[in-house]
Amino acid sequence: MADTRSAVTLDLRGLQDLVDLLDREGFTVLGPTVRDGAVVPGRLTSTDDLPRGLGDQQEPGSYRLRQRDDDALFGYAADAVSWKSVLFPSRELIWEGRRTEHGFDVDPGTNNQGLGDPPYAIIGIRSCDLHAVAIHDRILRDRAYPDARYAARRQDAFFVTVSCSDPSGTCFCVSMGTGPRAESGYDLALTELLDGRHTFLARAGSDRGAAVLDRLSSRPADDHDHRAADEVTEYATQHMGRTMDTHDIRTLLYDNVDHARWDDVASRCLSCGNCTMVCPTCFCTSVEDHTSLSGEETERWRIWDSCFSSDFSYLHGGNVRSSPKSRYRQWMTHKLSSWIDQFGTSGCVGCGRCLTWCPVGIDITEEVAAIRADPQQPPGAGA
Amino acid sequence: MPAEVSVAPVAAPIPDAWLPRPFRVVATRRDTHDTATLELEALDGDGLAFTPGQFTMLSAFGIGEVPISISGDPARPDRLVHTIRDVGGVTQALCAAQPGDVLGVRGPLGVGWGVPDAKGGDLVIVAGGIGLAPLRPAVLAVLAARQDFGRVHVLYGARTADDVLFVDDLAAWASAADVQVTVDRALRSWAGRVGLVTELIPRASFDPARTLALVCGPEVMMRYVAAALIARGLPPDRIRLSLERNMRCGIGLCGHCQLREYLICVDGPVLPLDAVQPLLGVREL
Amino acid sequence: MRSIQQLLMEHPFFAGLDDSTVSMLVGCSRNVHFRPGEYLFYEGEPADRFFVVRRGRVALDVHVLGQAEQIIDTLDEGEVVGWSWLVPPYRWFFDARAMQDVSAVAVDATCLRDKCDEDPALGYLMMQRVAQVMYHRLQSARVRLLDLYGADRAG
Repeated sequence: MADTRSAVTLDLRGLQDLVDLLDREGFTVLGPTVRDGAVVPGRLTSTDDLPRGLGDQQEPGSYRLRQRDDDALFGYAADAVSWKSVLFPSRELIWEGRRTEHGFDVDPGTNNQGLGDPPYAIIGIRSCDLHAVAIHDRILRDRAYPDARYAARRQDAFFVTVSCSDPSGTCFCVSMGTGPRAESGYDLALTELLDGRHTFLARAGSDRGAAVLDRLSSRPADDHDHRAADEVTEYATQHMGRTMDTHDIRTLLYDNVDHARWDDVASRCLSCGNCTMVCPTCFCTSVEDHTSLSGEETERWRIWDSCFSSDFSYLHGGNVRSSPKSRYRQWMTHKLSSWIDQFGTSGCVGCGRCLTWCPVGIDITEEVAAIRADPQQPPGAGA
Repeated sequence: MPAEVSVAPVAAPIPDAWLPRPFRVVATRRDTHDTATLELEALDGDGLAFTPGQFTMLSAFGIGEVPISISGDPARPDRLVHTIRDVGGVTQALCAAQPGDVLGVRGPLGVGWGVPDAKGGDLVIVAGGIGLAPLRPAVLAVLAARQDFGRVHVLYGARTADDVLFVDDLAAWASAADVQVTVDRALRSWAGRVGLVTELIPRASFDPARTLALVCGPEVMMRYVAAALIARGLPPDRIRLSLERNMRCGIGLCGHCQLREYLICVDGPVLPLDAVQPLLGVREL
Repeated sequence: MRSIQQLLMEHPFFAGLDDSTVSMLVGCSRNVHFRPGEYLFYEGEPADRFFVVRRGRVALDVHVLGQAEQIIDTLDEGEVVGWSWLVPPYRWFFDARAMQDVSAVAVDATCLRDKCDEDPALGYLMMQRVAQVMYHRLQSARVRLLDLYGADRAG
């Protein structure tokens, strides 16, 4: 749903002012930065911290940064580590307790990842990842038992989304209806324009966003800016690396639980769990109790877990999902089908990270297509 | 200078369902060689009101936390009762708890048996092994309102005579319900039945058009019991199973307890057979 | 006091058989009673008859050296004790002991086998009935073999 507030155009100075303003307002300002040859979330103090002139090449099992022939600040597609790592840290202290004479006391804890304390202002979050945040909101915040720490971080978070201009070989947000331009869920939306001048079409998506925009020097966006921005989105829409046919996908995967393709992918899958770590919607966790030697103090930590780990489904002396085949089937069916029954939407936002970061290059769009091309016969059907 | 706008809204406090409440052990009983029953009272005096079939996440301080069905009387929320089987590090510590020890409790959690749905009709309760523990509160609730139900059958299968739980309760219940106990094998001193609990079903008289069945035990046993109940004409939506899966949080956040689209901790553990029968038949689902 | 004919016709094992077949079976049958603790038969003895339980409970025992006797099955009213009479070498595999006062109809196996040889239709009927009994007993035994209530059972 397009925002009806007027759009403005910012220049590079305006973008820096945005970073400074959010910092003065008490936000820890985060954005895409380059570390270890990849675009990952980092602290932003200056627009110089952004991956200027860098793009990425992503294919199943492959990720490389490349030099662009322009100075785009947001010229990459999907960063290597999604914003899940900021809003839903991989390790979090849930509570710490100590024995007392009458039993024990517990205090709720928290633990933010090393980039600083909330409230967070995230600049450069893509539409696919905004959808992922909305999915996490539904799962972690809006059901009967909210994750209080996620909810607290989420409440104050300020999102500046940047429309995708250059999708990678693994992107398929168009198929999933999650991009390449965000229509809601943000405080500010920017589209980077590199048509001679280096500017950003900026649109507010919330009252907070509008208040911030008002305090930045800008000029009203003209027709040229709007057209240029639309062209950026049109180009991105036409250059998706992958597609996924999601028609009736819930029934497709439910009905093909014994399809031979599961054995095929199992022969390739290493059960390494990379996909679950980079996926911006995966949310499975486990708990660990860290207890002092005396047993007097203990900390309960929540840590990311993966349905690919062998004892994820441990029960009564064995694992319900013992074979890698059953675990891959669980992940993919959950992500694309049962998620719909559980949370009302697909669990996949088409970011392509599970393709890129799979060491053997498994491509779920290809797996779905293979099953769709040759579905199992339903029980009782003729030979 | 534009008016000062607060850009960061103030965070409102959100209830934290991860925090355990301290409960003191007031009584313990060794039931079998590997099973013990604990009676607990809340340190804050508020007890724990629950419906039959619900569970709590029970923790031994500094050791760990596990899901355990509540096995007590729902009419007595001041006294939390848990029957625990020693199958690992945490349950071993729980089974060894002594009066005065303080354990952590989070709950009550999950969807229970829905005993009121059986009112006005017959009730068949089928338990296998430790499965009798989550069914005990249901039996107590039924017997407390006996006039609201028709024929009530409690069919219970255990491994041997030494593994039969709640022996005194079973004897007491026999005056108000048809209680049948069978064991897998027995010594000569056993005067009861030897055989599978499914064999007790053909002998139970009930009207399949007005009956609710509640079943709990190992999943294999529940599949066969379900088949026997269906053979008696019970519709699958009137057969309720209590399922079990790996749980780390008990509150629908960790993702471990999924059976396809069902989260056993929030959609269950009690689920109707018509919903789960196709799922139980798929290996490693 | 009902006749054996009536008793047999009421029993699930013989349900649905026509009058003449039942009358013929009556010729091979007689009423028997056992007091608690009495044995119907012992392991290894010739399996010359089987029992249709009318009242009471029968235990199938196995005597294991160095251990107390194990009851591996119990049979109540409406059930049939024994099928070793139908399968060579026609010898009992277990002991059968009355756990309570037991009233049963004992059917002479040799008599019945002869009649089955003469009348294959009757033979097929008896085989069907016994196969059903065996089917249920085997399932029960097999599932109990899984020791589902034992420790560390994968659900």
